[in-house]
Amino acid sequence: MSVLVNSSTRVICQGLTGKTGTFHTEHAIAYGTKMTGGVTPGKGGQTWTGKLPDGQAASLPMFNSVAEAKEQVGADASVIYVPPPFAAAAIEEAIDAEIPLIVTITEGIPVLDMVRVKRKLEGSNSILIGPNCPGVLTPNECKIGIMPGSIFRRGSVGIVSRSGTLTYEAVAQTSAAGLGQTTAVGIGGDPVKGLEFIDVLEMFLADPETQSIVMIGEIGGAAEEEAADFIRQSKVKKPMVGFIAGRAAPKGRRMGHAGAIVAGGKGGAEDKIEAMKSAGILVAPSPAVIGRTLADMLAGKAA
Amino acid sequence: MNIHEHQAKAILRQFGAPVSSGYAAFTVEEALEGAAKLDGPLFVVKSQIHAGGRGKGKFKEAAAGEKGGVRLARSPEDVGLFATQMLGNTLVTVQTGPAGRVVKRLYIEQGSDIAKELYLSAVVDRGTGRVSFIASTEGGMDIEQVAHDSPEKILTISIDPATGPTEDDGQEVAEALGLSGDLGKQCIELVKTLYRAFVESDMAMLEVNPLIITQDQRLLCLDAKVSFDENAAFRHPEWKELRDLNEEDPKEIEASKHELAYIALDGDIGCMVNGAGLAMATLDIIQLYGMAPANFLDVGGGASKEKIIHAFKIITADPNVKAILINIFGGILRCDLLADSVVEAVKETGLTVPLVVRLSGTNEEKGKQILRDSGLAIIPANDLDDAAQKAIHAVRGAA
Repeated sequence: MSVLVNSSTRVICQGLTGKTGTFHTEHAIAYGTKMTGGVTPGKGGQTWTGKLPDGQAASLPMFNSVAEAKEQVGADASVIYVPPPFAAAAIEEAIDAEIPLIVTITEGIPVLDMVRVKRKLEGSNSILIGPNCPGVLTPNECKIGIMPGSIFRRGSVGIVSRSGTLTYEAVAQTSAAGLGQTTAVGIGGDPVKGLEFIDVLEMFLADPETQSIVMIGEIGGAAEEEAADFIRQSKVKKPMVGFIAGRAAPKGRRMGHAGAIVAGGKGGAEDKIEAMKSAGILVAPSPAVIGRTLADMLAGKAA
Repeated sequence: MNIHEHQAKAILRQFGAPVSSGYAAFTVEEALEGAAKLDGPLFVVKSQIHAGGRGKGKFKEAAAGEKGGVRLARSPEDVGLFATQMLGNTLVTVQTGPAGRVVKRLYIEQGSDIAKELYLSAVVDRGTGRVSFIASTEGGMDIEQVAHDSPEKILTISIDPATGPTEDDGQEVAEALGLSGDLGKQCIELVKTLYRAFVESDMAMLEVNPLIITQDQRLLCLDAKVSFDENAAFRHPEWKELRDLNEEDPKEIEASKHELAYIALDGDIGCMVNGAGLAMATLDIIQLYGMAPANFLDVGGGASKEKIIHAFKIITADPNVKAILINIFGGILRCDLLADSVVEAVKETGLTVPLVVRLSGTNEEKGKQILRDSGLAIIPANDLDDAAQKAIHAVRGAA
């Protein structure tokens, strides 16, 4: 088992004909993801052609709308690479078409657009991951988004992270430690987004194949504290390692991510680390030892 | 992106919120002209800098006089005198740090008779994913202090984006501010107006502190602080005019021209990283090993060659940098593109400090090969830990 996506997940791509959409769809197909089509208004009826990393050609049917694509080729998930000015409308279109899983990679969507999208998600049949996230990947089965497939290996760790490239660190390190992953979920660094830590932790705790969990947080907001509270109260327990990025960040400065800021004495790294520790989560002292910390914990040598 | 008080008030005025009349002034003459257009007899001369605590601030220069950054003038002559004292001098407040900020513009405003000071702000609340109003009867104070000392005096009212603020929402804010009768009605209107200004202007934060009740029982936004959501810049061409480059670090201005997320820090190791989280983690690990980073720099996921070259130039232009650490875990960003760009940048600008490069992820091998083939003195690193240690060793070795 895994969470969210597996080998039978049929995926369409909104914004396939752009450079980013094309590049990552080629990699997704090469990884074995069941890509079924692409959506770009005005390009319905055409065929998208790509070149896989091994030189082979690939093609997908194009559609004018998400609803049309879903009806014609089936879609359990949609991945969105649409540029920021049009991204919120693309998500809304996918919600209207009742796509079960919407993964939005786009970075730089206005936050008030996301406020509107989040409202629309309430009571809908869709789950949103992102925006401004690297996507979701179940090793050897399905890769949605921009995570490099080569660093994964199938195993027992569930990974959830607010930061894109730090997700890769956690993946590469758990692979190197011989543990591997069930699924990695990048929830994204924006202040208003779809899935939060708690939603994904709930899935990992319920998934029998996931035997341990890595959670990567960062400064800003209170999502890590809320997640720690959730873990403390959860009846199901699994070994868990955490890391919080931003200990060295100065107060009041936004560190790249719209969400990463220590403001009004809130959202600092130390509070988050304390909250995680008090919930029984082992916090890795350095971003370079996330995998090793978990491996040691599982081997019973934890500090 | 932050703007000045006088700009924030102009926006509020445009949406119909109650603000006093006032004029921005860059010179003493303009200050006098502004005062002449106002009714008086009371005028307020306000320093326009992007930092709070102006009223309680102090000028560094003796010539600026003993008074703070916000001064009450009882005649146009006093406006001229204060303008002469304040313009060009350095105001230090709790938020500017000891270096302070040079006051280059003033806002000359009609004075008000204050009966009571209140607090009202709006923010995007990430907990609810909605715009929330924060209201408190403790106006004119540092709200963070109020939140710390007496949290029960602060109320948060979140607004459903599907409806905007309802009468009930407005009523709740009014009650939180202790307003009833006609003032309560004014408050309900004000909440609607501020919400409209917030959403239509793509604000990230709007703070009215204080919101006042005047002696003649009117609500008035006496101060206004606004910051915009930079992600929405594409639909606000007018923001270009509002930006004050005097308030920003020149390196950060250069970086923002190329859409790079750059923050100047005061250490020795220049960093170029892809992804905000990994960039923060890179600063963390440098600090963990007992040194300090010279900057935060996220080149972003979809960085182009030009962007990477500019990023490299910004780092090398910082005289404090004693070593450079490039830490890339490629997802969207391909390692071969990064390597090509770095080689080109080094050939263009030269290399006077040690350069450590760690490449992982998409097209990792191609990227490493390009660096090896370049013949440049680049120190390769295997992983994050190795990269940090090599950069630190390079600085300590040179010292």
